Amino acid sequence: MSNATLDIILLLAKIALVFFVILTMAAYLVLAERRILAWIQDRKGPNRVGPQGLLQPLADVIKMLTKEDVRPAGADKWLFYLAPAMAAIPAILTFAVIPFGAPVILFGRELPLVISDLNVGLLFFMALSSIAVYGVAIGGWASNSKYALLGSIRGLAQLISYELSMGLSLVPAVMLSRSFRLSDIVNAQAHVPFIVYQPLAFIIFLISIAAECKRIPFDLPEAEGELVAGFHTEYSGMRFGLFFVGEYINVIVLGGLAASFFLGGWHGPWLPAPVWFIVKVLAFAVFFIWMRGTLPRLRYDQLMHFGWKVLTPLALINILVTGWWLMLR
Amino acid sequence: MANTETMTLNMGPQHPSTHGVLRLVVELDGEVIQSITPHIGYLHRGVEKLSEHRTYHQTLPLTDRLDYLAPMHNNLGYVLAVEKLLDLEVPERAQTIRVIMAELTRIMSHLVWLACHALDIGAMTVFIYCFREREEIMNIYEKISGARMTTNYFRIGGLSKDVYEGFEADVRKIIDTFPGFFDQYEGLLTKNTIWLNRTIGNGVISAEDAIDYGITGPALRGSGVDWDLRRDNPYSGYEKYSFKVPVGEKCDTFDRYKVRLIEMREAVKILRQALDSLKPGPILADDPQVCYPPKEAVYNTIEGLIHHFKIASEGFPAPEGEIYLGVENPKGELGYYIVSDGGTKPYRMKIRSPSFVNLQSMEKMCKGAMIADLIAVIGTLDIVLGEIDR
Repeated sequence: MSNATLDIILLLAKIALVFFVILTMAAYLVLAERRILAWIQDRKGPNRVGPQGLLQPLADVIKMLTKEDVRPAGADKWLFYLAPAMAAIPAILTFAVIPFGAPVILFGRELPLVISDLNVGLLFFMALSSIAVYGVAIGGWASNSKYALLGSIRGLAQLISYELSMGLSLVPAVMLSRSFRLSDIVNAQAHVPFIVYQPLAFIIFLISIAAECKRIPFDLPEAEGELVAGFHTEYSGMRFGLFFVGEYINVIVLGGLAASFFLGGWHGPWLPAPVWFIVKVLAFAVFFIWMRGTLPRLRYDQLMHFGWKVLTPLALINILVTGWWLMLR
Repeated sequence: MANTETMTLNMGPQHPSTHGVLRLVVELDGEVIQSITPHIGYLHRGVEKLSEHRTYHQTLPLTDRLDYLAPMHNNLGYVLAVEKLLDLEVPERAQTIRVIMAELTRIMSHLVWLACHALDIGAMTVFIYCFREREEIMNIYEKISGARMTTNYFRIGGLSKDVYEGFEADVRKIIDTFPGFFDQYEGLLTKNTIWLNRTIGNGVISAEDAIDYGITGPALRGSGVDWDLRRDNPYSGYEKYSFKVPVGEKCDTFDRYKVRLIEMREAVKILRQALDSLKPGPILADDPQVCYPPKEAVYNTIEGLIHHFKIASEGFPAPEGEIYLGVENPKGELGYYIVSDGGTKPYRMKIRSPSFVNLQSMEKMCKGAMIADLIAVIGTLDIVLGEIDR
């Protein structure tokens, strides 16, 4: 077997593994969310399918796959069918640049535990998260429903304004590690994670990714009490499922990014690197679930004010302070 | 200059936050509300008309179905109105038990209000917590009347039966535990900045406007008008109990929220006083013309059976005249206006339902606000469609 073939096989195996792990994690995150929320709210949650409800995600998938795929009259056919994929694919693609462990030696060659260690990994992630907005916007617009339209307008406004503060809060991490490559950023935190130097940037990033993955208190695009289900009101079956799973994949991916940028990625004592990485990702996921169990929803204009008038200026000031600090050091 | 158009959004009758089958046709400029037209009648059952063909006793179960979140209060208003028409004296024990049940109902109704209001604004946990506590009260309902929602427990002249054994202990448990639960809700909401942002300054209606619109109940008191029928026009022995009537200052959703929370705490106080003053005694007025005989007499004696049959089939004649009586329902002033032509059935009955009157202030509260504010206003008005449509 030539070297090139082995490389390709290893790469494909890695992609398949990551793909499988992410999808499984997303499915079980849904279950975990329902169980943890139930625990917070003093009820039982799904515990009937399989031991402790562990087969519930499978049952959900079967249900969604066998449901009728309804397209409302007057909907834009192609865009309506395309939108769920546009929401889910960027979320999965983003994971390509996240390193989830130290390089391992396999078949006598060094194998980095990241699918593609781009030298502009951070920019790649920013670009993809912008593209993910199109899924929301097009899905809502193509549905030919006023609730969906309002939801997608809210989604656009929200994601654009929070993208800005998210990007700005990552600048200090780039300044500290002097690289856009995620593995460099992670390795720069081998001893001290950036959260120690950049607590403010971490908080801004955390709030921004909560808005990015449309979780309470930022779930305005799908605000159930107001817009029925927001941009995916008209979707049913697996198309709705794609939006839904896409959101949970987003939670995992953004949790992975937060871990990589501020918590030292896969670095950690005693445990193997991928385990540390997963623990950190799950910590973010649990935090989001906890937030959903505690907080009410913001109003549209309050959300925008918070993004533009509080988070963005704070992030800018933080960059300035970091710059001075780096210069004086 | 761009050419802008308003968008008409049809909200309801199926919508997560319209609390039943309310339909709102909302005129929107972006997300800003230009006008609201409520469309009602999806739950119309014609209770007022039906009552014209039923004896006074037979109308009672219909009143359960008005505000199905506060059934005992609807019963109470109706039996009090008929008793006033008949000039009937109700034994003290029956009056006290009525007050206990009415205040339990107030807590229950406010719990559902808080649950739905919080859920509409996105606080899901409060919703489940409130329903958890409501269960306790529903259990008492079930034990006392056999039904959890449509209780039909009161009777013209008193009660259908005495309380069950262990009733006092059950109510004492509520008195002891509920204030702690109210603290829990306040911990989740009153100290939460997002909740404050959403409710302070939302749905403002001044005291004058509130009076002009005929708003009653907590929504009126939230606007700073100190008016509570339990204190200002007491019925069923409310004058014996001491309780505070909370009023708001800023006339917004947050003040109405505070008023209702304090009302729940005051209701617990009334419960304690009423339970302490509960003495043994008859539970039905001694008027064989009006009241059903005791069940033992019906089952065991022919005179009792005839008596029961006569009242159940023919009813009792009410003196000619007309009567209006309002009670302080958890949602506002629930009034029964009964016209009698001297027969055994009302000639006409009109129900003044608080939700119906309060609903009309919606446009006033929401104009120029956003959709999310409209949802908060629907929650703060605490409407029940069963009562609006009757």
